[in-house]
Amino acid sequence: MEQKLLETLWGTVADVLPITIIIIGFQALVIRRPIANLERVGFGFVYVLVGLAFFLQGLEMALFPLGKLMAQQLTAPDFLAGLHPAGEAVNELDWTRYRWVYVFALAIGFSTTIAEPSLLAVAMKAHQVSGGVIGVWGLRIAVAVGVAFGIALGSYRIITGTPLHWYIIVGYMIVLVQTIFAPRTIIPLAYDSGGVTTSTVTVPIVAALGLGLASTVPGRNPVFDGFGLIAFASVFPIITVLAYAQISAWWANKTQ
Amino acid sequence: MPPVFLKTLIGSFFDLLPIAVVIGFFQFVVLDQPIPNLVEILIGSLFVLIGLTLFLQGLEMGLFPLGESLAFAFARKGSLSWLLLFAFALGFGTTVAEPALIAVANEAANVAAEGLVIGATEQARAEYALGLRLTVALSVGFAIVIGVLRIVRGWPVQYLIIGGYLGVIVMTFFAPAEIIGIAYDSGGVTTSTMTVPLVTALGVGLASSIRGRNPMVDGFGLIAFASLTPMIFVMAYGMIG
Repeated sequence: MEQKLLETLWGTVADVLPITIIIIGFQALVIRRPIANLERVGFGFVYVLVGLAFFLQGLEMALFPLGKLMAQQLTAPDFLAGLHPAGEAVNELDWTRYRWVYVFALAIGFSTTIAEPSLLAVAMKAHQVSGGVIGVWGLRIAVAVGVAFGIALGSYRIITGTPLHWYIIVGYMIVLVQTIFAPRTIIPLAYDSGGVTTSTVTVPIVAALGLGLASTVPGRNPVFDGFGLIAFASVFPIITVLAYAQISAWWANKTQ
Repeated sequence: MPPVFLKTLIGSFFDLLPIAVVIGFFQFVVLDQPIPNLVEILIGSLFVLIGLTLFLQGLEMGLFPLGESLAFAFARKGSLSWLLLFAFALGFGTTVAEPALIAVANEAANVAAEGLVIGATEQARAEYALGLRLTVALSVGFAIVIGVLRIVRGWPVQYLIIGGYLGVIVMTFFAPAEIIGIAYDSGGVTTSTMTVPLVTALGVGLASSIRGRNPMVDGFGLIAFASLTPMIFVMAYGMIG
């Protein structure tokens, strides 16, 4: 275990090496000024590195094996067959057969997003910059609802085999219309929240769910249908964050 | 133990609790199975808890102040070309080594080989995967440059983003079918846990140090560009390659 933890730590160091070199290079050659509170910043950097290594190693030990196993079990033919009384005629492509998959997609999308460190970082910053108007939890829950809905809808798409781009294009259209009506200050943050949601925690489990579904459902090819869940999880949070801001503004107007 | 650390620790616990509840519910109620390797899972959960706490602590101490101080230093220096060069290096450098991107690029090479777009040799795949990685890294570097330029000039974010989305939609109709899923997904995987706090602090720091910019309206949006341009560049790569 110590060995693995060290390996993860080394991987994390290698991962942040380019960024460190760029920052030190620019700091030394272009800016030519010492960093304020260098010691504190240095310790913070080490905390981030060690923290990330523990976090990733812990996910590898606790969450990923179980999450992937569950995604496979929920999409396994045996489990799906067990949901029907013996002898009942079953339409294999009936999308309601996969009801537990949708519930799982919703629940796992929501809960992994709440634990996503990148989203936490952005929420903390937004809370600070907005002077407390945007709550850390409000933003995170809005994003998590978007991811949950996106992944559930993405699962439906894989099961029904409908083309990915129509869903995404309709999603963009909704974003476009909301952008016209949403409060101006929330727009950049809402767009950002699409990109930060799908990171360390969510991606591996969601990918396992997508590949599991695409290899179980008859007529689907994991190569073509297994991708795309991440895309769903990046569009829908934009919609829910914009909606959150619109509802907040509407509520504030009404109660005034 | 300092009280701040303890407070972060308790916060992390509640951040991670929903996952435990979901896993427990599905494992015991829906699938009706025991938890395998309980000890390892408990140790792993403890690691996740400690890791998240340290990460958040380090964020406030190290990454946020660093991003902001860089932004202030560049604003004081007043040289746009150095700032843009830094923006490009930051975007390109953090993306090209990103493990999630490496995984997706290899997967994409397998898809391309199966779809007979490239030869099924090991070398053809490696070249394709490397080309894809460089394409995505270039696109993220380009995105941060455009995003920083937007903050400096004060362009409204929505026209650029919506223009980008229209670009994605138009390209979808011309790109080969097998690249579309990968292209759409590559937008989401490029922004890593390390990059997001730094880039966010940089954007907000720039917007607060340039007169006439509002950190809320102008400071955010860099990540949005970084998740949009890879889709366009990867589809273009699929059309050319």
